[in-house]
Amino acid sequence: MRLVSLDSLYRFVTFITQRLFQSIFVLFGLSILIFTIARVLPGDPARTALGARAPQEVVDRLRAEMHLDEPITVQYTFWLTDALRGDFGDSLVTRRAVTTDIAEFLPASLELVLFAGIITAVGGVVLGTISAQHKDTWIDNVIRILSYAGVVTPAFIFAIIFLLIFGLALDWLPSIGRLSEGIPKPPVVTGLITVDALLAGQFGTFWDAFQHLILPGVALSLGSLAQEARITRSTMADNLSKDYIAAERALGIPDRVVMTRFLLKPSLIPTVSIFALDFAANLANAFLVELIFNWPGLSRYGVNAMLRKDLNAITAVILILGVIFILVNIVVDLVVSALDPRIRLRTARSD
Amino acid sequence: MSAQAVPSTPSPEIRHSISPEELARIKRENRRDQFGRAWYKFSRNPLSVLGAAIVIAITLMAIFAPIIAPYPKHAEPFTDFASASQPPSAEHLFGTDEIGRDILSRCIFGFRYSLVMGIVVLALVVPVGVFLGLVAGYYQGTWIDTVVMRVTDIFLSVPPLILALAIASVLEPNLTNAMLAVSLMWWPWYTRLVYGLASTLRNEYFVVSAETVGAGTGHILLREILPNMISPIFTKISLDMGWVIIIGSTLSFVGLGVQPPTPGLGTMVASGARFLPDQWWIAIFPALSIVFIVLGFNLLGDGLRDLFSAEEA
Amino acid sequence: MSAQTPILDIKNLSVHFRVYGGVLKVLDGIDFHVFPGEKVGLVGETGCGKTTTMKAILRVLPTPPAVIPNGEILFKGQNVLKMSERKLLDMRGQGISMIFQDPTSALNPVFTIGQQLEAVIRHASPQNHRLSRSAIEQRARLALREVALADPDRLLNSYPIQLSGGMRQRVCIGMALSTDPELLIADEPGTALDVTIQDQVLRLLQRLVDEKQKSVILITHTLGIVRQTTDRVYVMYAGNMVEVAPTKRLFAKPAHPYTQGLMAAVPRLSGGGISEGIPGRIPSYMNPPVGCRFHTRCPYAMPVCERLKPPVFTVDDEAHQVACFLYDAPDKVQAYKQEQVAV
Repeated sequence: MRLVSLDSLYRFVTFITQRLFQSIFVLFGLSILIFTIARVLPGDPARTALGARAPQEVVDRLRAEMHLDEPITVQYTFWLTDALRGDFGDSLVTRRAVTTDIAEFLPASLELVLFAGIITAVGGVVLGTISAQHKDTWIDNVIRILSYAGVVTPAFIFAIIFLLIFGLALDWLPSIGRLSEGIPKPPVVTGLITVDALLAGQFGTFWDAFQHLILPGVALSLGSLAQEARITRSTMADNLSKDYIAAERALGIPDRVVMTRFLLKPSLIPTVSIFALDFAANLANAFLVELIFNWPGLSRYGVNAMLRKDLNAITAVILILGVIFILVNIVVDLVVSALDPRIRLRTARSD
Repeated sequence: MSAQAVPSTPSPEIRHSISPEELARIKRENRRDQFGRAWYKFSRNPLSVLGAAIVIAITLMAIFAPIIAPYPKHAEPFTDFASASQPPSAEHLFGTDEIGRDILSRCIFGFRYSLVMGIVVLALVVPVGVFLGLVAGYYQGTWIDTVVMRVTDIFLSVPPLILALAIASVLEPNLTNAMLAVSLMWWPWYTRLVYGLASTLRNEYFVVSAETVGAGTGHILLREILPNMISPIFTKISLDMGWVIIIGSTLSFVGLGVQPPTPGLGTMVASGARFLPDQWWIAIFPALSIVFIVLGFNLLGDGLRDLFSAEEA
Repeated sequence: MSAQTPILDIKNLSVHFRVYGGVLKVLDGIDFHVFPGEKVGLVGETGCGKTTTMKAILRVLPTPPAVIPNGEILFKGQNVLKMSERKLLDMRGQGISMIFQDPTSALNPVFTIGQQLEAVIRHASPQNHRLSRSAIEQRARLALREVALADPDRLLNSYPIQLSGGMRQRVCIGMALSTDPELLIADEPGTALDVTIQDQVLRLLQRLVDEKQKSVILITHTLGIVRQTTDRVYVMYAGNMVEVAPTKRLFAKPAHPYTQGLMAAVPRLSGGGISEGIPGRIPSYMNPPVGCRFHTRCPYAMPVCERLKPPVFTVDDEAHQVACFLYDAPDKVQAYKQEQVAV
């Protein structure tokens, strides 16, 4: 037994090291890509930063300060050295260091995206399972039609419809911001208000923050939830007719155990694998959902930066999102290889 | 076997056993047969047929928009404050917007921009992505593979919508630049798909034997490998039409795509959103139009996928 | 022997599959029984409904799409189709257990052999359910040793993908026997393996059931195996039982044209060359031929065969039965043949 766990520990460490190494390379490439987008495309960043009416010598001074007159490779080296020290420059919009802005806005986005991720995963698996177990009945058909609708509807349309119906017309749930006015803010630990409120024991605050999460969170997650439900349904329906399920039942293992243990685990593998893509979709759609629900997060900050050509902010936001997406991918791969020995053993062998 | 052992011309029996006309006829019939069978299977699935019908209907509406739209003038700069913000009625099925334009007419013209977006982006992206994937997959393990696929990884490391937003934001906001931005982000998906397929196919016997008889690289890539991945590529194109249209309308919604007063569907949703909830129709009908298009392409794509996967099984 | 009550008795069982575009009538009123301690063979082409029958016995057919419109399956006098979930669980495993056709697909790929085997042992009986983990593990090790697998400790921690085909097949046999069943169903054991390994596995299986004196249903399309190992044989064609006889008599005097065809299809070392086989294929279950389902391929087909489903006739005595009009009274057969002239 001990040997087995040492072996898997070794595999785990190798896997993580490899992936982190790859990630550094990808992030490096991503930074070049964004830097190129920001600098090579038409327009003068210094002129954009200062506005059309700024005198030419001020623009020239800023150009020198930003090293804009040097070759692009030199510019990139300057930018990279600064970035590695955690300096992404100042934002044009907020007139503060971009890193300060990110520290302020990132937790709100994380809270929203994580909440949406939980809804996506849990909702998708539950709906998909129900659908598969009632395959070809009306329950299945209703779920399938709803998931189709979910897949083809862009997140911003969900957001608008939710805002319209539940936020404005019915006024069931708050639709603006993270917290109602007059509600005490919890001391910052993680930056996620719901978590911080629970840690501080402020249940009233938690409840208020949670209510604020519901509309944007659900609007954000519906598309990917639908996608997960479809995948779960089809794999589970496939697996239900597999011989090993028949064999396990034939040998006297109760259906309850077969369904919750022996069917669920293999069926979750594709669902978990596409979760990374679904999470990416949620990250991207957060740009619109935060805008519509006026959610003070990084994505809203990012959209505003884009609309005002705030290049420093755009670059930093995209890099941060790249980091988040890479981390999610690593976690997803770990979960998949924990679920599927075939993948685990294959990678071990090819090493 | 020496070269002389192979007769320079086929033996007469073989040559005359089937005339060229006969062969052409048989080939034609086979093809028709295949098409007929595929169509039969496709038509058995009502959802696929619905998808195809939606796609055809939207295409026709987009092409003949000036004839079909009840108020074609309303797609251009136009104001009629007397009939502004009217709820749906027999005269204006989808109602009118805040400056009195017929929303139905604008939606019909909006299909044009959505379709153009999808078609142009895919027309740019598919050849590039497929070519890179083919080459990288065929030269698997060489530096070509490494360079192409690592660059692809970098593009895939951020959700495409975000990078498309970033690119569109540094350019002038208009439809052309929105298409450019989405195209720059979209090719890696095809590269990855084709790379996966090509790296399996290159080890198939028919490829190896073509190599053995000295076929050129171009022949192998285009005549041996490519034809065997047509079905997954077409399925992806059909599904991607939906995604590209979503992304395009999203860019327009944010203000980085089609600019008012041009009737882009995303643009219409964005400007209509200001009048929620009281004048809901101004935003909701364009929103439903987007859903309608995407639904059509998705149903069609799923139908094609089922068709192709059934063929392989 | 006929005075005994059968341990398993299937009467007039039909199984249909509702699929997109129609109903597949896969089993069409079959009768089948096994006496205690008896080894029964079931032969027929691939796709003739053998596995479906066995899955129906254990009630593990996926429903939907499968439906059972008529028939009963009596296991020790109780109708399996009407059993409560509790009784059913008692019967599965302890009463009847089954070795599936393909050991690769019959083992869950994402659980270790130990996890699967131990779950089977734990749920085999209420007593086992109360056993400690280590006792269950002990039993699992024993089960693996019994099928001649060395190093059970390592095996218990292995995933199916880490085992060879022969090992997987042994594991499947060990699993099926670990519940100590009264009746063992072996569905083409070893077909997926190469011939020498298949031979080893079959010998092992035969030794184990002989030692433990189990009742066995052996499904196969290899006639040689049936001849060596069974007491009685059923022949199945397209969802019908077409013939049953004690093994020796079936081989000495096959009655049904289909059985005769099967026998002729076996290549013999001394026969020289490859036999002709039976022309045609198993018919579609969506629209099976009316009357005898074999008439489309039968060299002796008579007009009556296209109209009526043949009842069971006796050949020589009760032990040998055949569903074919050729074995009706001779004068009637003459009449069937002359119908042709009349029409």
